[in-house]
Amino acid sequence: MGRYVVRRLLQMIPVFIGTTFLIFVMVYAVGDPVNAMFGERAPDPATAEQLREEFNLDKPIWQQYVLYMGNIFTGDFGNAFNGQPVTELMATAFPITIRLAALAIVFEILVGITLGVLTGLRRGRPIDSGVLMLTLVVISVPTFVTGSLAQYLLGVKWGWISPAVSPAAPLRELLLPGLVLALVSLAYVTRLTRTSIAENARADYVRTAVAKGLSRRRVTVRHLLRNSLIPVVTFLGTDVGNLMAGALVTERIFNIHGVGFQLWQGIVRQNSPTVVGFVTVLVIVFLLANLLVDLLYAVLDPRIRYA
Amino acid sequence: MSLLEVRDLFVEFRTRDGVARAVNGVSYTVEAGETLAVLGESGSGKSVTAQAVMGILDMPPGRITGGEILFQGRDLLSLPEEERRRIRGSKMAMIFQDALSSLNPVLTVGFQLAEMFRVHQGLGRKEARARAVELMERVRIPAARQRVGDFPHQFSGGMRQRIMIAMALALEPDLIIADEPTTALDVTVQAQVMELLAELQREFTMGLILITHDLGVVADVADKIAVMYAGRIVETAPVKELYQAPAHPYTKGLLDSIPRLDQKGQQLNVIRGMPPSLLDIPPGCAYNPRCPMARAVCRTDEPPLYEVSAQRRSACHFWREMFDGR
Repeated sequence: MGRYVVRRLLQMIPVFIGTTFLIFVMVYAVGDPVNAMFGERAPDPATAEQLREEFNLDKPIWQQYVLYMGNIFTGDFGNAFNGQPVTELMATAFPITIRLAALAIVFEILVGITLGVLTGLRRGRPIDSGVLMLTLVVISVPTFVTGSLAQYLLGVKWGWISPAVSPAAPLRELLLPGLVLALVSLAYVTRLTRTSIAENARADYVRTAVAKGLSRRRVTVRHLLRNSLIPVVTFLGTDVGNLMAGALVTERIFNIHGVGFQLWQGIVRQNSPTVVGFVTVLVIVFLLANLLVDLLYAVLDPRIRYA
Repeated sequence: MSLLEVRDLFVEFRTRDGVARAVNGVSYTVEAGETLAVLGESGSGKSVTAQAVMGILDMPPGRITGGEILFQGRDLLSLPEEERRRIRGSKMAMIFQDALSSLNPVLTVGFQLAEMFRVHQGLGRKEARARAVELMERVRIPAARQRVGDFPHQFSGGMRQRIMIAMALALEPDLIIADEPTTALDVTVQAQVMELLAELQREFTMGLILITHDLGVVADVADKIAVMYAGRIVETAPVKELYQAPAHPYTKGLLDSIPRLDQKGQQLNVIRGMPPSLLDIPPGCAYNPRCPMARAVCRTDEPPLYEVSAQRRSACHFWREMFDGR
């Protein structure tokens, strides 16, 4: 187990270097960040030169990358062009997005799995067809539509919630954005759980559990659910990364100053250190979430052993 | 009063292609301490009958359309589900064919055994665990104390089936239904498992229904046999009498198709044709298309269970000829 984790961590290194280098090149090779800083005005050549030197922009790209990576490992993600350290932006943005994503995951687990179990056990009945159709609708409609609609109806028209989230983003205000963010994945979790439950409900060990005289509830929760959740957990794990990065649309709609918001600002303003820094952290989140899923696999299914 | 009496049981399954009549008027009895072997090919209704007795039939698509199942004098079919649940596992238990798929792969065997005590007797975690170890020792699993925390896939096939047996025996039920308990095992292990089962049955004087298609297994352990064909019992008899002189051509066909050492080099006898589709059981005697003795009456009149002797019944119009022909 320990060796497996070490091996997986080592495998992450080339993946990490590959992805970050790609992002680095794309961000720095496209456009001139120094020009972008000055907006419409042409920069003073001497100042531009000085800035280029300060941000290592005068060096070849691979060298810039190496210098950048070196700094990252000392915890220095550089400064945004306005002088604010990128780490400072992260310190405010990540907690908000983590809260939002965690909320979304909770929705997916509570609502998605519950609906999945209900429909999986009642295949072909009205509740099954109804939920199935609903998930199809949810999956087909893009987040910016559901998000804007929810914001308009609940926030503007009926005034149940405040349509925009305040900068501190307390959990209460994130409830609706969290649900909007979760919606598509939630539909997938429902369908995945439903299929898995329906398939396992016919398994021999479920029949054994019934023959043992266990209650319906115990058969479902202890015997059926545990086996059926294995594929669902995989999905949820990979979704952690997706939610953090994919919160961009939701965060824009509800004006949440999280990771997606900062990334978007960074891209629009060609603020390269911000973009590369945030994406680098997201890459790490993705990789670790995937490792966690694989380890969780072994916990859920004892037949899987890592060596 | 018999321990178990199945009376004129009918079970059908609604499928897309029509109604499959899986059990058509089956009756049998099992006394305490007695072993009834139910013999038949796949689809003969032997397992479905057992599942109806246990109350684990998938309903729907299954449906019990007639009959009674009297267990210790009470008609199980008229009991509310909650009461049946309490009987399941504690008063009657079932051993399944494939222990690997019948045990939950993600729970330890200790948990699955202990669950019986925790659910039915309300024992605490620790106490139930200790009882689980005792059970494992009782079915002679080596190093039970160390292995109680292992998962089913970590045991060999024979050991897994012992665990299934232990689980069925946990609450010392009055009736055990073993559905082809040795089919999935190596031949060498089969005998051990059967012996263990027979021994434990004697110890607790339980009734045992042994469902099988293996005539060899039956001869050693059963007291009486019920042979099933197309959802119907075609012959019942004490074991010895049935082996000596079958009173139904289907039974005879089965016995003749056992490979024998003194027939080495000769062609093996087989029963021609296939068992009928349960969606479309032939009129008259269901066995008539395959029967070497079939006559006109077999294609039109369904034979009743004729009384051959006090303990024997045969559903063949010509059961007398079966004896004459010898």
